[in-house]
Amino acid sequence: MQTRTYPPKPSNVYLFGTCLIDLFVPQAGMDAVRLMEREGVSVHFPQDQSCCGQPAYTSGDAEAARKVARAQMDLFKQDWPIVVPSGSCGGMMHEHWPKLFAGDPVYGPKAVALAVRVFELAEFIVNVLRPDYSRARAEPCKVALHTSCSARREMGTRGHGLSLLASLPGVEVVEHVRESECCGFGGTFSLRHPDISGAIVRDKVDSIAGTGCQRFITADCGCMLNISTAAQHRGVGVAGTHMASFVCERLAGESA
Amino acid sequence: MSKHPMQFVPSADFKERARGALDDDKLRKSFRGAMDFLQAKRRNQFSDEEERESLRDLGSAIRKYALANLPDLLEQLERKLTANGIQVHWAETAAEANAIVLDIMQRNAARRMIKGKSMASEEIELNHYLGEHGMECVESDMGEYIVQLAGEKPSHIVMPAIHKNKADVAKLFEEHIPDTPYTEDVDELIQTGRRALRQRFMEADVGLSGVNFAVAETGTLWLIENEGNGRLSTTVPPVHVAIMGMEKVVAKLDHVVPLVSLLTRSATGQAVTTYFNLISSPRRPGELDGPREVHLVLLDNGRSQAYADEQLRSTLQCIRCGACMNHCPVYGRIGGHAYGTTYPGPIGKILSPHLLGLDEAGDLPFASTLCGACSEVCPVRIPIPDLLIRLRNEAKRNPNETVATPLRGQGAKHSAAERVVWQFWSGAFKSPKAWAALRWGATRLRAFTPGAQAGWTQHRTPLKPAPRSLHDLLKDKGQPE
Ligand code: SF4
Repeated sequence: MQTRTYPPKPSNVYLFGTCLIDLFVPQAGMDAVRLMEREGVSVHFPQDQSCCGQPAYTSGDAEAARKVARAQMDLFKQDWPIVVPSGSCGGMMHEHWPKLFAGDPVYGPKAVALAVRVFELAEFIVNVLRPDYSRARAEPCKVALHTSCSARREMGTRGHGLSLLASLPGVEVVEHVRESECCGFGGTFSLRHPDISGAIVRDKVDSIAGTGCQRFITADCGCMLNISTAAQHRGVGVAGTHMASFVCERLAGESA
Repeated sequence: MSKHPMQFVPSADFKERARGALDDDKLRKSFRGAMDFLQAKRRNQFSDEEERESLRDLGSAIRKYALANLPDLLEQLERKLTANGIQVHWAETAAEANAIVLDIMQRNAARRMIKGKSMASEEIELNHYLGEHGMECVESDMGEYIVQLAGEKPSHIVMPAIHKNKADVAKLFEEHIPDTPYTEDVDELIQTGRRALRQRFMEADVGLSGVNFAVAETGTLWLIENEGNGRLSTTVPPVHVAIMGMEKVVAKLDHVVPLVSLLTRSATGQAVTTYFNLISSPRRPGELDGPREVHLVLLDNGRSQAYADEQLRSTLQCIRCGACMNHCPVYGRIGGHAYGTTYPGPIGKILSPHLLGLDEAGDLPFASTLCGACSEVCPVRIPIPDLLIRLRNEAKRNPNETVATPLRGQGAKHSAAERVVWQFWSGAFKSPKAWAALRWGATRLRAFTPGAQAGWTQHRTPLKPAPRSLHDLLKDKGQPE
């Protein structure tokens, strides 16, 4: 991961909603829009978008991944930042699109040009929008943070997540044991190797539950769905909330 | 012997073995404990992040440089070693390497071999081969000795017996070493093992060792160890045979220093190990000790396939520290034996396909979440997840497709059914209309979402689409495009 330079606050951004949020957690996307609009930014959502191509890319079908990625690449015509409310999808676009299209005379340069415009939501809020959340609800609240491994390594999401949570009054982030260890999702890995994946996520659920927090915050929907549904399956009272939704919740009824 | 000497159980049964390991609480506890311990030790060694990162840059550059000049360096190494009186042998396959070692033993009328730690000798299953030819091999690294007594294979490349606890060792020693009462006192166990081995050193006709680094400039073999068994194996018996994968050569003596620092700190969290052995010749006239013959076997065994490919070549940067397995969430859950290959864990997943072919080891690259913990700690910066993705592509490739330099077993994991799934998937996601229709169906028919979802619901509650998609919600809101 390289240290990035951030643009000044723009008037317009694109939102890339990701397929998981689109279908399973649309409220997270709505909350992401709300947080950016709160800072006076106009959020554009090209309706023709679908998925970054990551599932096929990591499953060893680069051609299928390219087909899907290509279909996204012409949707962001203006030179605006592209904000992604999911770190691993952001990482796919930022890190892997250039690799996927290396050697392609048309899409290669396009991928490289797009990659620098892609930001993970928390990263974008903290480093570009720099909001003032000092009037948010102040009652004390303890949460655990979970970051997707690839996103943490490719996009530095742990630091951004912590900074964003730190800007909220009353919110305390509790560290859990082996916080940096994978939750066992791994996209199609969870289907291909259900037993290994199940063993890994079991430990993750236990480690979050061990903090006494019922709730973990994450900006990655794959991990969030994995950990939450695994906890539910075992009847453990641990559930995930998307970062955007959590921030919105803290801002609700913000004193004017 | 199995079809491929390196493979002691078919890796096709990977899933089954993994399941067995997952059910073994004792095993999981052993691995978890060992990994937490090793991770902490490594962390303590690299408290200065800047120093660590620049050392990793240096280590990676040194290994890349060596690989970029590999043919020249190997020739230079051979020249220097020969000039120093060390005999060099080239082995393209495991079978050739085994035959070379047997021949050396027979020419010396040798019967007994004492072995220092060597993963290359595990890779070619040397013990098994020599045993079939009437030779006796005894492992002298304590961990290797323990797994040999148990009739097993190493489960970790640095700590071969990491899957055993004290009680296991106590039982083994009581059973196999005469006059040994059962004890779980670790110091006593070590003393027992040492005493038993001491005798074997004196009796051995040949000592075998691995090599950590071979220096082309000087013709020096570096051997790093903690127990002293490496020094004894290479100095007490009259003949010393070293075996190494051909990628382990480095250009200059200077280059070894940062690599050694990276290796010991990454592997066991030690600033330095107890022994460094620098071997540069057999016993010279007038010298009182040392072997009268020294041999080096240079092993290819599939490495040149990785070497030939610009991206996959980085696999050969590896210095076998084992840090990738110590930090791997999958290895930590299933242990080393489940992989069924000599090299387990992340390095095994990227190396075994070259040694065995994708037909034999093609499942392994898929057994990863791609979390990247391995490449984050790899002292020579091997981009392991990228290599896994590449190998997945090669394993899934249509076997009829012609590529410039096919990998052995290319396309072995190709599945027409899976291809169809991805074709359907890409068809749906590349067309806005198709994706809109799918969204419509999934959200409107959410009540019919199946309760059993292949693989997922074994350990989780089912996923259910939201009543309305983000697309719909934002359209209603009048979001600009
Ligand atoms: S791949 Fe890297 S971390 Fe793993 S054993 Fe080799 S050098 Fe060590």
